[in-house]
Amino acid sequence: MALTAAITPQAYLQAQSRWHPLEIAFWVATLLPFGLFPNYLSLASQIAIAALFALSLDLILGYAGVVSLGHAAFFGIGAYTAGLFSKFVWGECISGLVVAAAMAALVGYASSFIIARFRHLTLIMITLGLGLLLHEAANSAGWLTGGSDGLQGVEIWPLFGLFKFDLYGTTAYAYSLAVLFLLFLAARRLINSPFGLALRGIRENWVRMPAIGASSRAHIRKIYTIAAAMAGVAGAVIAQTTQTVSLEALSFERSADVLVMLVLGGAGRLYGGLIGAAIFMIARDQFSGIAPQYWYFWIGVLLVIVVMVLPNGILGGLSHIAARWTRK
Amino acid sequence: MSTPTLPAKDAISDRAIALATRALSKSFGSLAVARNVELNLPVGARYALIGPNGAGKTTLINLMTGMLAPNTGKIFLDGDDITALEPQQRVRRGLTRTFQINTLFAGLNPLEAVMLAVAERRGIADKFWQNIAVHKEAIEEAYDILVKLRLGDCCYQVTRELPYGRQRLLEIALALATRPKVLLLDEPAAGVPQEESGDIFEAVAGLSDELTLLFIEHDMHVVFRFASHIIVLVGGMVFTEGSPAEIAADPGVREVYLGKRKHG
Repeated sequence: MALTAAITPQAYLQAQSRWHPLEIAFWVATLLPFGLFPNYLSLASQIAIAALFALSLDLILGYAGVVSLGHAAFFGIGAYTAGLFSKFVWGECISGLVVAAAMAALVGYASSFIIARFRHLTLIMITLGLGLLLHEAANSAGWLTGGSDGLQGVEIWPLFGLFKFDLYGTTAYAYSLAVLFLLFLAARRLINSPFGLALRGIRENWVRMPAIGASSRAHIRKIYTIAAAMAGVAGAVIAQTTQTVSLEALSFERSADVLVMLVLGGAGRLYGGLIGAAIFMIARDQFSGIAPQYWYFWIGVLLVIVVMVLPNGILGGLSHIAARWTRK
Repeated sequence: MSTPTLPAKDAISDRAIALATRALSKSFGSLAVARNVELNLPVGARYALIGPNGAGKTTLINLMTGMLAPNTGKIFLDGDDITALEPQQRVRRGLTRTFQINTLFAGLNPLEAVMLAVAERRGIADKFWQNIAVHKEAIEEAYDILVKLRLGDCCYQVTRELPYGRQRLLEIALALATRPKVLLLDEPAAGVPQEESGDIFEAVAGLSDELTLLFIEHDMHVVFRFASHIIVLVGGMVFTEGSPAEIAADPGVREVYLGKRKHG
């Protein structure tokens, strides 16, 4: 304490956003699959996409305290937009991402006016309801979405006209990872910004915010829109790399899974969603190899244990241990 | 405006009114918690709001700051009708309050919390593309407020781990960060040991003379020491008001307090 009190407030705030060596190690490690696990690049790509999706949920849940059980709505909108864009406009993927992000942001912004008015259980039910609504809408609009058969005819051009999305998933993983990393940088900047501080203020004490002159609702509308756009990009990447969109992209299960990933990893820590997504997806891959019908059982066991033993998720637990260790 | 530190009642009566209420009433069902309240706080006032438990003191602050909507009546800030404004809009116009029970950001440290309030006031709280550390002036302003309230040495310590007295000071620091013209303090020293409550009121007394202050307090020593004018609220109504000397001599006030001894 005596040491930290010596630094200036500005230096202190600056230090909050400094890169930790572990962070650099983490991002270097994300390159390992290219060399070490070439047979798992498709899985790695799925993990990167899930991580991006979980990161977008972390922005609203972990930072602003907005609980959503319908976040797949934006993932699905992004996936369908990117899929339809490639089918009816062209197959260039970067522009596809931008259009998907814009579409998801638009729907996110529209729904944010409802979201920002409620908290807690009401909010969970509203997001759940909106998610189910969209799922059913996509299901019944079979002429556009392909309904339960999924969207067919998605054709993506090679990335930058050079790298084909092959069966091994090399391009897919490189692409997903690059998108994840860039949006992670954006999210990292956001949480270290004045706006990020305001979000933490909302999470810590929603009631106090108006008393310091803050409009929590305006902040929530903004972050909800940003998170929707990010989830939309995640959906777009999955549509582009798998060259198909299934109704599952909008399902309740996807909303629930991403919440489980975030809680496993630890909400409100940026890396929680990333770690959670990796653990969840690898566990699903391994467990479904053992017993295809029962893999959710093991995810359930994992979730219960983590929540009971480590209330702030795996990262929360690790940082707690690290803090104890350095104190000794 | 030149203002003496403790202006007498006559001196301030012809000064501009910072905050006023007109025929303010509120009831919860059949229970009237504010009845026809008419207050005038002149610019630079140091007013105390006293009254037995359940007199409606906190309710009155809730009404004035917009946390509760009145059934009837109006509230004026600098002569403007603010009755219909949202709490945060009133804060931006310069009407700020503190809370009797700490209502802080437990997981933020004092620097972050005050910085947040400063950022909101400066209109930079929605900048999501800039690192917070680039806002030098805002950071310095936040730190100056903390130092003024003797929180400079613990400003990196998370709020929930601060001693209670420090948390009470942080309540005031958060309010000051909004640069209020009128500050309503709801028992600023509540729950603080008596020997420390002096510190809090010293900090309050050291605030700018231009700041208009109304505080709720139960400790009569503190009230008589720091208030230039006292408003006595009983059963949601203004029972009487006057200078400390007048209130001290008022037999009616004594009766109210002796009749209902439970306060604190």
